[in-house]
Amino acid sequence: MTVYLLRRLLQALLVMLAMSVIVFVGVYAIGDPVEILISPDADQIERERAIKALGLDLPLWQQYLTFLTRAVQGDLGRSFVFNEPALQLILQKMPATLELAVGATFMAVLIGLPLGLYAGLKPDSVGSKAIMAGSILGFSLPTFWVGLMLIMVFAVQLGWLPSTGRGETAEFLGLRWSFLTRDGLAHLILPAINLSLFKISLVVRLTRSGVRETMLMDYVKFARAKGLSPARVTYVHVFKNILIPVVTVVGLELGSTIAFSVVTESVFAWPGMGKLIIDSINVLDRPVIVAYLMIIVLMFIIINLAVDLLYSTLDPRVRLEGKS
Amino acid sequence: MRSTFRALAVSGLLGLAATQAPAQTLTMAVGAPVTSLDPHYHQLSPNNAAASMIFSRLVETDDRARSVPGLAESWRAVEPTVWEFKLRAGVRFHNGREFTAEDVAYTLARVPNVPNSPASFTVFVRPIVRVEVVDPLTIRLHTRTPYPLLPMDMTNIYILDRETHEGGSTERFNSGELAVGTGPFRVVRHANGDRIELERNDQYFGDRPAFQRVNYRMITNDAARTAALMAGDVDVIDQVPTADLSRMRNDSRLALYETTGLRLIFLWTDHSREDATPFVTDNDGRPMARNPLKDIRVRRALSMAIDRPNMVGRVMEGAATATGQFLAEGVTSHIPGYPVPRFDPDGARRLLAEAGFPQGFRITLHGPNDRYPNDARIIQAVGQMWTRIGVRTTVEALTWPTYIGRAGRAEFSSFLMGWGMNPDGSHPLRNLIACPNRDTGLGASNRGRYCNAELDRGLEESSQMLDEEARQTRLIELERMALDDVALIPLHIQTNIWAARRGFAVTPRADELTRAQDVRPASAPAAAR
Repeated sequence: MTVYLLRRLLQALLVMLAMSVIVFVGVYAIGDPVEILISPDADQIERERAIKALGLDLPLWQQYLTFLTRAVQGDLGRSFVFNEPALQLILQKMPATLELAVGATFMAVLIGLPLGLYAGLKPDSVGSKAIMAGSILGFSLPTFWVGLMLIMVFAVQLGWLPSTGRGETAEFLGLRWSFLTRDGLAHLILPAINLSLFKISLVVRLTRSGVRETMLMDYVKFARAKGLSPARVTYVHVFKNILIPVVTVVGLELGSTIAFSVVTESVFAWPGMGKLIIDSINVLDRPVIVAYLMIIVLMFIIINLAVDLLYSTLDPRVRLEGKS
Repeated sequence: MRSTFRALAVSGLLGLAATQAPAQTLTMAVGAPVTSLDPHYHQLSPNNAAASMIFSRLVETDDRARSVPGLAESWRAVEPTVWEFKLRAGVRFHNGREFTAEDVAYTLARVPNVPNSPASFTVFVRPIVRVEVVDPLTIRLHTRTPYPLLPMDMTNIYILDRETHEGGSTERFNSGELAVGTGPFRVVRHANGDRIELERNDQYFGDRPAFQRVNYRMITNDAARTAALMAGDVDVIDQVPTADLSRMRNDSRLALYETTGLRLIFLWTDHSREDATPFVTDNDGRPMARNPLKDIRVRRALSMAIDRPNMVGRVMEGAATATGQFLAEGVTSHIPGYPVPRFDPDGARRLLAEAGFPQGFRITLHGPNDRYPNDARIIQAVGQMWTRIGVRTTVEALTWPTYIGRAGRAEFSSFLMGWGMNPDGSHPLRNLIACPNRDTGLGASNRGRYCNAELDRGLEESSQMLDEEARQTRLIELERMALDDVALIPLHIQTNIWAARRGFAVTPRADELTRAQDVRPASAPAAAR
């Protein structure tokens, strides 16, 4: 087990290293941050000063080495724009994104699983067909459009919910969270729905096909023949087996929700990491882009690991060490 | 059940609205994020807007960008190279400390020394060679040569307190701890990239702002900002997208506040290459031996081919003024009577033929697609109009981070730019038109690499003229010289637009700054100046 974990950790480090090189070269290829950040009034002397101040006067490999030596000491550089440590900036924005992503995933499981189960057990009923048709919409409608429609209907027309922003926050574990206040929760609802729509559809479809496949299995037939109640057959024997693909996908989706909720965050002006990264890309704020992507890589690796560990408890056939 | 929920939700919202209604709290949403509360860290419009709510300057600017007294009550050149500023007495910082000439001296010394600044304010203090504190309310700034622009440069410098800010880092400004000024508002909380919460400074020396508390939010997505206004979550927004203008004009719950701005949208042509320029070919796609854009007749033809009024109406939905010069009417260095180039495709074809291109040529016109309102559509329109006179135009729109780097390296042959001007003609002339020269610091934004020695000499001369009237006459002559030579092709000057809910009125500013002190309840008369 320890060896396995260590190996995974090493992999993580290598991927992060590769990522930092790619981002460094990528940002360099896109353009020059100084051209974007500098004031139009600046003269050539000021331009040279800014280039030097941001450490962009050195050759790229030297800039990278400087970055690497500092990164080893836990310093991922200072944002060009905010003049604050990039890591700190990202961590400040993380709670907002986390609560949005977790809220959306929670809704996906809470709504998607029962609907999928129903659609799988009664595939020919009208209700199931409606659910499946609805899930196609959930897949195919673009997030930004759905987000704007949600705002138009629930905020502008009906006035039930606030249109944008994060609302009041309360402090918990030293961070600011909005799900702890009523106002904050009201602000959370629309973006969470927006973000979860795709996931609900995904869970519905996965669950339905899992249920349909499992229902035909011999062990289900046997359980029925044994005279077990339909509820026990469904909720113990079928349910446990369809959970494996659902857990995998929900886990990976949680990762991508945290990393790439950019669209929802900018439509709802949600002050999370997604908005930070898109703003940073727009001004080529390299330290923030690099730090962000490295954190995301780390997060994906951890989520994958957690999914693998969860597998082994759900499915006794899966062995982590791969001893065969 | 559902109706009770609705009733609850509605009453909740009403309750919220009721507490906000007595016009004590103002919620505004701006389209560009404020990145720092350190007023000397990053010279950027949104940051300057935030700074001008919290801090004050020696010389302030009014809504038409004219200089007006701020922390300095008056100023004059006591000698050709010495400017004297008489400071306002009895001004206090938010923390109660008194403002004196020492604070000005401290501020001027801090400006060039802000670590890691990506765009500093140093250019505005560089002409100052010595600062002399005469008494607590008088300060003299010595320059190497006569420098008429010093008071105008001072409109960019926000004054800090020596005792409070000495050794203070940008981070401590951003946290709100050091965001302590003499301005109309004090900072309550700053959530980076999300909002600034402000409270009125009742000790402010100028006009008292109308609102006790301000929630200054940043909503960068255009549609979301508009929706927030229509939902009543915010009272005022800036940067109203032109596509929403006609709908908002007809919405009785909203009011628009507009003014002609100082941002010129124009086209650069390549002046630097005598031989082939990279994006111009002959009609068969072969590179040309010489750069046709060096011929003034070609540049004139390209300018005449553009139907500016039509473009302002169709592409900009009327939110701009067609122009043939740098500055709008009513602004200091506007050239009286200088015409908008007449739309004349036949004349343009004749000029092209005269210049030796009766069959025209091919060109690629570049522009950004995410920087200025409708930027990509503007170059598409121009491309069509150029094609009509025989200059077959391909249009290429790029994202700003890629575009600006390539434009800076003079990689394009013709390209779109926008530039926010100062009302003084020396500003566009020095930065856009003068020959790029590192030693003089001139022409730093001259991306077309236009160069005219006679104009440069005139500019040098005017930069030392202390007689304001004579200087303006000279500047206007020089502007005329540049425009007659089609150094660049002006298209239009943008209109700055704010939208507010009924009950709120905004004083629109030419300099695009969105500030809480410019908003008042609509019933109250406009603040007298």
